Amino acid sequence: QKVSVEVLEHLEQLALVDFRDWEGVERLQKAIQFADQLQEVNTDGVEPMDSVLEDRCLYLREDDVTEGNCTKELLENAREKLEEYFVAPPGNIPLPKLEERETFLQGS
Amino acid sequence: AALKDGLRSQVSAALKEGRVTPTELCQRCLALIKSTKFLNAYITVAEESALKQAEESEERYKRGQPLGILDGVPIAVKDNFNTAGIETTCASNMLKGYISPYNATVVQKLLDRGAVLLGKTNLDEFAMGSGSTDGVFGPVRNPWSYSKQYKEKSVPKSHSGDEESDWVITGGSSGGSAAAVSSFTCFAALGSDTGGSTRNPAAHCGVVGLKPTYGLISRHGLIPLVNSMDVPGILTRCVDDAAVLLGSLAGHDPKDSTTIQDGFKPFELPNLTDVSKLSIGIPKEYDAPGLSSEILALWSKAADLFKNAGAKVVEVSLPHTRYSIVCYHVLCTAEVASNMARFDGLEYGHRSDMKDSTESMYAATRREGFNDVVRGRILSGNYFLLKQNYEKYFVKAQKVRRLIANDFMKVFKSGIDILLTPTTLTDAAPYKEFIQEDNRTRSAQDDILTQAANMAGLPAISVPTALSERGLPVGLQFIGRSFQEKQLLTVAKWFEKQVQFPVIQLEEVKRHDSGVFQHQKSASFS
Repeated sequence: QKVSVEVLEHLEQLALVDFRDWEGVERLQKAIQFADQLQEVNTDGVEPMDSVLEDRCLYLREDDVTEGNCTKELLENAREKLEEYFVAPPGNIPLPKLEERETFLQGS
Repeated sequence: AALKDGLRSQVSAALKEGRVTPTELCQRCLALIKSTKFLNAYITVAEESALKQAEESEERYKRGQPLGILDGVPIAVKDNFNTAGIETTCASNMLKGYISPYNATVVQKLLDRGAVLLGKTNLDEFAMGSGSTDGVFGPVRNPWSYSKQYKEKSVPKSHSGDEESDWVITGGSSGGSAAAVSSFTCFAALGSDTGGSTRNPAAHCGVVGLKPTYGLISRHGLIPLVNSMDVPGILTRCVDDAAVLLGSLAGHDPKDSTTIQDGFKPFELPNLTDVSKLSIGIPKEYDAPGLSSEILALWSKAADLFKNAGAKVVEVSLPHTRYSIVCYHVLCTAEVASNMARFDGLEYGHRSDMKDSTESMYAATRREGFNDVVRGRILSGNYFLLKQNYEKYFVKAQKVRRLIANDFMKVFKSGIDILLTPTTLTDAAPYKEFIQEDNRTRSAQDDILTQAANMAGLPAISVPTALSERGLPVGLQFIGRSFQEKQLLTVAKWFEKQVQFPVIQLEEVKRHDSGVFQHQKSASFS
């Protein structure tokens, strides 16, 4: 079963990375095929494992402020900033529809 | 002291006694890095800061107040650990030019003990890969490609220019770190291990590669790949040195709540002489398809070594071994999809010029910043996490993970102390051959023997064992019980002593070391 163009497009929107070319799509197809081998394993009655440390109580510290005040350092690595703000292009604008976008999937 | 020396006994003693100064040592390592530039092991060489650290160390030695065994010792760190003031790139365009404002906990610990940070080593982009061939700064070359041992065994080709293109890979993804330690440019290096990324290149480069138990060493500052499996890895030239590094790095870190809170006591490894109380398990599933007959024979020989020395050697079964790599593939891509979401160009890293909207800026930034491998894993991960796929792939993989971890539990409960397995299927492949297959295929093939230990969070170590017929290193792997690093390393040290792995013979190193200091017969034991 091949992955539908709708799903491919949906993935590109979720991931915000592109398949770029047929090789990229093939890569996903092969990855799915590879992962399908898991169906061979009988996991009846088996609980999913989140962490190998599940039997332990992990450390939670007190909700106290112990560090911070490093605005200057944190802003150093940002390309676009203004005073103490990171500057982003306008939000709440959905990605253009498939037809309008320049994506390789358009051709499919 | 020679650049080939082991940390504990030789270099440390030499520094203390003043036979060599930290600045001399640092300068020699820096010079060697320059002359082995063709290996491409380093992305960034922090020459100025390293010399400054060496000077400070020298002052401490003069005052008779060294900070400990690591004071003045040159080390290298894989470029996916944050280092304050030094570029951290993860070998990706996404982080080119990124100067971290803080040190990863493990880096801080090393610096606090006076270690001299020479630079950041090369890797596969974002530690995704098993060859150290897929980073934006190019592939890392295995120093053994230039060794006398390899050259002697190479079939002479018709054209002399072929020596340049016949070099073999280091394995990965911590290839830069392995190459750096193997070529004597540093005494120890940090790597990371998520599916075998420290043990694989260790085996191919003839060095010791330790993957500690998950939860023992802090991941704070290690740019994450798979949060539930990543661990910082340790690469050294002998097992004793690995124990020294472990002693400096292990322990609870309040900044990483996945580090356990049990107290950790650094240890010195005893010189084990009696192995009769040991029970070694040989998992039959590790005789995996593709395992070279040469390595199979070495593995068998090693088992006999233990048997003849009086240990109990038993064949065991880890039935879900062959699903480990599939399980890893799903869980890794799923966690990667989540972890890579932080790279959007706003707070740090590469940012696209696209200005139309936040989303389109993010998309363009990520398109420009990530290579095929990273993008591929993000997309696969997102696929497995889709509502309609979640149970079938992600949750299923989590269940299989438990089965894999249980396999190990059963074996250890039955009285086995340590498991002995091969680390890799073959010796290092020539680069030209390696790149014929894509990254995902290679990773799936190469991680088969190392991956399950990450699934179960167990400690594992690759010890250089012997040279292959092609004159290249082959390592064998020991897997131990959770948090039983002392036992694991003790057995590894015993084994290392038995096999006496040869020292690499590199022209470059000879030139830097000759005449001034004693020749060391072997770098692999104290």
